[in-house]
Amino acid sequence: MTAITTIGPPDAVRRRPAGLLRHSLILAGRSLAKSARNPGALVNGVLTPAIFLMLFVYLFGGSVAGSTGEYLDYLFPGIVVMGAGLSGMLSSGLSINIDIKKGVFDRFRSLPIGRSAPLLGSILADTVRYVVAIGLLFGIGFLMGFRVQTDAAAAVAAVALVLGFGFCLSWVTVFLGVLVKDENAVMGFAFIAFIPLMLGSSLAAPVGTLPGWLQAWAGNNPVSHAMDASRALLTGTPAGDSIAQTLIWSAAILAVFCPLAVAAYSRKR
Amino acid sequence: MADYAFQAESLVKKFGRTTALAGVDLHARPGTVLGVLGPNGAGKTTAIRILATLTGFDGGTARVGGLDVVRDAARVRRLIGLTGQYATLDEELTGLGNLVLIGRLLDLRKPDAVRRAAELLGRFGLDDAARRPVAAYSGGMRRRLDLAASLVGRPRVVFLDEPSVGLDPGKREDLWRIIRELTADGASVLLTTQYLEEADALADDIAVIDNGRVIAHGTPPELKQIVGGQAIAARPKDPERVEDAARILAAVAGHAVERPGRHGLVVPVDGDRAVFDAARRFEEQGIALAEFSLRLPSLDEVFHALTGTPRADRSGASDIETAGSRA
Repeated sequence: MTAITTIGPPDAVRRRPAGLLRHSLILAGRSLAKSARNPGALVNGVLTPAIFLMLFVYLFGGSVAGSTGEYLDYLFPGIVVMGAGLSGMLSSGLSINIDIKKGVFDRFRSLPIGRSAPLLGSILADTVRYVVAIGLLFGIGFLMGFRVQTDAAAAVAAVALVLGFGFCLSWVTVFLGVLVKDENAVMGFAFIAFIPLMLGSSLAAPVGTLPGWLQAWAGNNPVSHAMDASRALLTGTPAGDSIAQTLIWSAAILAVFCPLAVAAYSRKR
Repeated sequence: MADYAFQAESLVKKFGRTTALAGVDLHARPGTVLGVLGPNGAGKTTAIRILATLTGFDGGTARVGGLDVVRDAARVRRLIGLTGQYATLDEELTGLGNLVLIGRLLDLRKPDAVRRAAELLGRFGLDDAARRPVAAYSGGMRRRLDLAASLVGRPRVVFLDEPSVGLDPGKREDLWRIIRELTADGASVLLTTQYLEEADALADDIAVIDNGRVIAHGTPPELKQIVGGQAIAARPKDPERVEDAARILAAVAGHAVERPGRHGLVVPVDGDRAVFDAARRFEEQGIALAEFSLRLPSLDEVFHALTGTPRADRSGASDIETAGSRA
């Protein structure tokens, strides 16, 4: 009960190589452990798209596409993109914002770990959360009758593309989460951006069938490209340049917002 | 220079047009506690954040263990432990989980991290709660866990920013005991507080800081000499006896008696001898007491003694410190 042995020999804390990656993985593990106990954001990322999926398919499917089955084929690939995008928009920025506000990041920043490790760890954990969200959505889609009509390789490519897109999109909210003080502002942004970004797209109907003003937006919305690409890879519709467009947009979003987020984060205080 | 465990010289820090620190000097030798005493917004948190490598500054130098906090930030972080004003724990994780996480980030192997965490939990009386999520912890337990978290890496310099805020008196004693034990092991502590009582109980040296400047520095006895040392506060049960009580206090203390409350009496004393004299005379004259205590000057009285003016309203300044520490 006496000494706390505050001071250890200099080698009490051993240095080990590959610090940044290992620290990031440890912090990703932390984020996932928290998620497992408090799966709110994950539920959001699965529940909202699942509700839209069922609502659209069973309410409008018959009249829009002739049968609910056919409409499911059209709608589901877009819903997967919505799931990835929503998980990214909701969880990343929010958890980082809360960590900064609570001072948890201060604790991390006072430790001898890379400055970007907490940020990287958070994003890595999010990627795992997208995989879970997309996996659950595929399960729901399967139960509703959706089947991949291409091959396994194309399906894997679709998932990879959608994940990459969600990952890149999440940097927008990460940037916001670092920048603003109030977590409600992050939530508010995600909510406001949701409608034009996710619904003002080729999600529910081909862009060509939309009114002119909406066509102008939806045709240029990167989410439309991602949904078209996902549709092409999962159901074999013509891909056009949607895959290339999705990759270019993803890279562009990442190139702009990742450096912004890292800069804002390292300039904190 | 290397004689000091940490040392800040002429630190200047500005937030926009507001000067949070206007040339602050702070230092402590290894194995000692420096108490930084000051009101909200004085710059205490800013000074700690600079020494803990969390924030930059606009002038002066800051060193920990002889290392520059800017140029050698990574090495400084190996020497320090930080407990901020707000418990920085993961609510969803268990107490053990929180400490193991820190240990692993400090490059301990998992079994070592678990062993170190268990050791600290035991030391801080948290074994029973080790496997419960922090969300179920009381305020005092969180504070203790937060302090434990800053000790996982066996730091040589521990920064504690108002560690006893929100603790009830009993829990505060526990905390004080733990802080004393840190220095017994040779660690140095920088402790900020708003209470002279706390600084007196823990610190080898006290720096009084106000509006970004150190306005007094010395050992607790030196400081108390400046600010007038202790005072007896007494309130007779029977308001009719207030005058009798005032006469007794004036006689034993040899100072003029102040009357802050309706029937309350306060008199500065030069030693605790006066307490016993006063108590005996109250008993002899049959004056029953509702309140009777020997206390240190409050922060307000310290400032009054040091600056000659009562503290102005500092709510504006306190907003700035909060904004600076969290923005």
